[in-house]
Amino acid sequence: METVTVTMKNQPTLFLEADNISPDVFAGKKSSEIAELHAFEGREQTTLGKYFEVSGNAGPSAADTRIVVKGDVTRVKYIGMKMSAGEIVVENSADMYTGAWMQGGTILVKGNVDAFTGIGMKGGNLIVEGNAGNYLGAAYRGDWRGMQGGTIRVKGNAGSDTGYFMNGGEIIIEGDVDVHVGTHAEGGRIIIKGNGKSKIGGQMVKGEIVVFGTIDVMMPGFKYVEDVEMEVDGTEGTFALYHGDLGERHPKKKGQIIYGNLYQKI
Amino acid sequence: MSEYLIKNGFVYDPVLGINGDKTDIAVKDGKIVKDSELSSKAKTIDATGKTVMAGGVDVHAHVAGPKVNVGRNYRPEDKLFVGTAKSGMKRMEGGFSVPTVFRTGYNYARMGYGFVMEAAMPPLYARHVHEEIRDTPIIDQAALPVFGNNWFVMEYLKNGEVENTAAYIAWLLRMTRGFGIKNVNPGGTEAWGWGLNCPTVNDPVPYFDITPAEIIRGLIEANEYLGLPHCMHVHGNSLGEPGNFSITLDTLKQAEGFKPKGSFGRDQVLHHTHLQFHSYGGESYASKSFESKSREIMDYINSVDNITFDMGCVTLDETTTMTADGPFEHHLTELNHLKWANVDVELETAAGIVPYVYSPKTFIAGAQWAIGLELALYAKDLMKAFVSTDHPNAGPFIRYPRVIKWLMSRKARDNVLDNILKYGEKVRERCFIGEIDRELSLYEIAMMTRAGPAKALGLAHMFGSLKEGMDADVVVYPFNPEKDDDPEKIETAFSNCSYLVKSGQLIINDGEIISTGRKRTLWVDAKVNENAQVMRDVEQKFLKYYSVNLGNYEVLGEHFLPNPYIIEVDATQ
Amino acid sequence: MTKIVPDVICPFCGTLCDDLEVEVSDDGKTIVDIYNACAIGAEKFMHAQAKDRVTRPRMQQPDGTYKEVSYDEAVEYTAQMLANSKKPLMYGWSSTSCEAQSVGHEIAEQVGAIVDNTATVCHGSTLIAVQDVGIPSCTLGEIKNRADRIIFWGCNPTHAHPRHQSRYSIFPRGFFTNKGHKSRKVIVVDPRKTDTAKMADIHYQVEQGRDFELLSAFRVAVRNEELPDTVAGIPKEEIYKGAELMKSGRFGIIFFGMGVTQSLSKNHNIDNAISLTKDLNEYTKFSIMAMRGHYNVTGSGQVLGWQFGFPYCVDLSRGFARYNPGETSSNDLLRRGEVDSIFVLGSDPGAHFPISSVKKIAELPSVCIDPHITPTSEISKLHVPVAFVGIEVGGSCYRMDNVPIDARKVIDPPEGVLTDEEFLSRVNKRVSELMEAK
Repeated sequence: METVTVTMKNQPTLFLEADNISPDVFAGKKSSEIAELHAFEGREQTTLGKYFEVSGNAGPSAADTRIVVKGDVTRVKYIGMKMSAGEIVVENSADMYTGAWMQGGTILVKGNVDAFTGIGMKGGNLIVEGNAGNYLGAAYRGDWRGMQGGTIRVKGNAGSDTGYFMNGGEIIIEGDVDVHVGTHAEGGRIIIKGNGKSKIGGQMVKGEIVVFGTIDVMMPGFKYVEDVEMEVDGTEGTFALYHGDLGERHPKKKGQIIYGNLYQKI
Repeated sequence: MSEYLIKNGFVYDPVLGINGDKTDIAVKDGKIVKDSELSSKAKTIDATGKTVMAGGVDVHAHVAGPKVNVGRNYRPEDKLFVGTAKSGMKRMEGGFSVPTVFRTGYNYARMGYGFVMEAAMPPLYARHVHEEIRDTPIIDQAALPVFGNNWFVMEYLKNGEVENTAAYIAWLLRMTRGFGIKNVNPGGTEAWGWGLNCPTVNDPVPYFDITPAEIIRGLIEANEYLGLPHCMHVHGNSLGEPGNFSITLDTLKQAEGFKPKGSFGRDQVLHHTHLQFHSYGGESYASKSFESKSREIMDYINSVDNITFDMGCVTLDETTTMTADGPFEHHLTELNHLKWANVDVELETAAGIVPYVYSPKTFIAGAQWAIGLELALYAKDLMKAFVSTDHPNAGPFIRYPRVIKWLMSRKARDNVLDNILKYGEKVRERCFIGEIDRELSLYEIAMMTRAGPAKALGLAHMFGSLKEGMDADVVVYPFNPEKDDDPEKIETAFSNCSYLVKSGQLIINDGEIISTGRKRTLWVDAKVNENAQVMRDVEQKFLKYYSVNLGNYEVLGEHFLPNPYIIEVDATQ
Repeated sequence: MTKIVPDVICPFCGTLCDDLEVEVSDDGKTIVDIYNACAIGAEKFMHAQAKDRVTRPRMQQPDGTYKEVSYDEAVEYTAQMLANSKKPLMYGWSSTSCEAQSVGHEIAEQVGAIVDNTATVCHGSTLIAVQDVGIPSCTLGEIKNRADRIIFWGCNPTHAHPRHQSRYSIFPRGFFTNKGHKSRKVIVVDPRKTDTAKMADIHYQVEQGRDFELLSAFRVAVRNEELPDTVAGIPKEEIYKGAELMKSGRFGIIFFGMGVTQSLSKNHNIDNAISLTKDLNEYTKFSIMAMRGHYNVTGSGQVLGWQFGFPYCVDLSRGFARYNPGETSSNDLLRRGEVDSIFVLGSDPGAHFPISSVKKIAELPSVCIDPHITPTSEISKLHVPVAFVGIEVGGSCYRMDNVPIDARKVIDPPEGVLTDEEFLSRVNKRVSELMEAK
């Protein structure tokens, strides 16, 4: 694996759109060519080289390319957008759309991420060591096809609208979450190791949500079914299973209604 | 004004009977003229090795108005990653199945079209339709107000008052700056005001107690009484339902006994739109039941001389359905559970919008695809069969070149059946497409996309041909009929013309849009004898039932139609 | 002798009444009186003639005072500001005509601006919900003629849309509703006992922040599923009763406003209300409609839609239109410091935005186009007065049910005062020159 290191040297006055920071775009390029790739600040089209020090050459393909992003990139959006393979490590915190529409490969952010991280994710691995903003692993506006696959793990807390319109894949939040978890979900699995607030599983058609901690207000459309022994993300325990959202439509399989499953650890 | 000589191209003009001869076309002062009339200042456009036709005429597309804009605003995902940046005098473009007005104008121009008919205008929203038409660059447009569920029309026709119906229609055409009579799901959309429908032509409308058959016949009669340029344009009941072909035949048969009146040259009294959606047999969408009834439908249409139709060809895309058939759209969302928008319009009509994916992995999408093509391929007279996708309902209009490719090439159709459709074999069993050898020629395509539609719209004196005196809408496609035999070439050539002259102005030069011309909005001003009763009824209904004042109903003002083209009709005799 | 101008459209709220009658003086220069308007509309017409009307642009001086400048200087300042920004925000648009909005869009396209309207702090949540689940709706005349179940959820039309109930929703005798309000049942959902709630047959005093739960509960009730004893402070028996009342009608309508669009859950509240409406269509005819605020915010959404494909929060900075409220919305852009200048026309963010955003407007290069002196004009570097649309200049507007109505000109603007469209056209021309030179 070849490593390209991209170090912030000149902060943008506004925000920088760096959708070209992706193993797929870097693949096959030398550091000088990478520095010439376009970046956008407002309506101005500039180059990555204007903001970043670029060292190292990329591998021949995305899968052979590793990108390390150093410095303060809290004003840099779209890191890792649409990547299909390879690796990105962000040493600090990143802004919005980190790993948006990701298809494969790995992103590790050692700080926080802002809103819309991992939207429309199709595959791959996204790890955030700090906190995540709103709309983590959500669908893009209007699309009924949200996260399809892949895994997102946040070691800290997440904001609201986690897993909006989720269809597949897995999201694990080791801390707490804000309101609206798995709204409109039709598949996939969301695990919250900390506490939830309210509006968990609202309008859920199918899929799974597991909450280890407290839920302030349960959605009225969730009905208790039974207690279940399960192992979830390495932890064994007893969970209360609820079916829902009873206010929503549900598919049938062999005459049986398939509900969304909400588990709360007892 | 500018003069052009389009030299040495292979010309296809069914009106003049030119079938691929190398002919020069001369343009001067916005019209087609004789070569000899050009001065030395004429600019030469070299069409050597290329196909030359009159500008395309689209008889039915939903491109401007409130439900189109709902489609845009409620589908941000339709715009993801498909935008085109502005450049030079071109505005930015967006949207795949419901393009923005700029993309609409530019893409029609790129396909060599000069005129597009907005398929359905809800009268109360007419100003919105005109604002979008005004902002759509290059192409001339007109709009058809809907009448099939209109309270005035239903009441007058119930009483058999054709003259009053005609007077009201003439008044409404003026109020809305409309072009002709559109009739969508007659009666059923008023029933939808209560959540109901009229599935057959004999189901009476709740309260109004008139049947769809009576509405259809009544509107045909009123249309011919006025002698309008176009005929009654109908979207029949039970669109999309398995087994609906018999209802379609009932609808078509309402035209029996009627002859076109008026001086605009059309032969037909009924135009059935997106016929594909109305040609289904069977009892469900499952492959063991569903079947194509295109043969039965075309046997009837081929046996009469007063009906035209457009295909409504399914293109196997993810698209957005939108129609004034409110109950149908509700039914669709119950099937696919996708986001459903609906607007019922007081006293007039309704509209529904639902996204739809015609997935090649499903049997039914393949069957629908087949049926649209079969209808055209079974047509005896291609001056009566027009290319359309009921944009965006069966697919986006940018697929017209693909539809043309399928019509012209058996190989291209087999490729779909064998390599693109998952259930191609089942489609061959349940539909006829697999056994049809016919491949249309460029001459026949010219009939289906310019000469035929222009005549059916009563616009054959302006569009559809390169005859002297016609509006100078001339297009050059980079397709060599002598050398190009790869069907894919048809699609690419008809998607991006080399040259487009629109109303005598050069719009596309060597594949690039260089001007947005000066589009016109066409509308029909039908003069009738004074009718005090209709005016009184209008005043009363506005006072009691409408939510706007009569004084604010009419589309007035240059800011809505900056460049109107008025077609006058005298119906006072 | 005075004359009466009939069929005048009121340019204040989304009800867009078009039956106003304005009495003007014989010379056509003064509005003498106005008939049929509500108190708010009447005031808008009458005070257009206030003697202390600002009639020339004013530029903020270093000491905070304002000095009069010419329209030419105002055009130059505005064009320079926009052309020299990397990402300008062009906000407002809700109190002007579609023609003016369209010229504004041409400028925005040239300078790669964000174009946003007042929906961003109002019914933007509704627009997002519609993008997720659609919207079964109708025109206001359908309510008048057919509706017998009226629900006001999180709105108080008695105060905010004063003639709504008499023109459309409660009192009119329509074609199928000739008993007027006697043929209708009214449900109001509001934590407060408002004047609208006083008209209700059932008033649900929902626990604040729990509308999403209550809407869910109604959906559960409509499906005859089990409910917990209380939801959002409402006993389950009352919820089942309400669901029955909804299902038993012939034609129902839910009107809603800020109570649900701008409280906890925002777009999810509207989403669930729309989903409830869709569910009810399995039993009877039901529709839902947003009580739009400004008289032409709907129009702004329409023009943005047909030109760029999105109804608000439109980002043109990359040459093609992009959209994502939360990123491209005015308050988020200001909060994060993502824009470097702000142009406001036809609205008052100084009064309606959070104070943190207002502070940013005060710090950034800013221009405010408004006939009035407002909190926005007093923190902008340049304030440009213009004519009132619907009073001094006509123009296309869209009602809350998207019906287009063409507002009229009744009298002339004060001497020398430009219209929005005129000012924007001049700025557009100057911006073209500046961008050409770049």
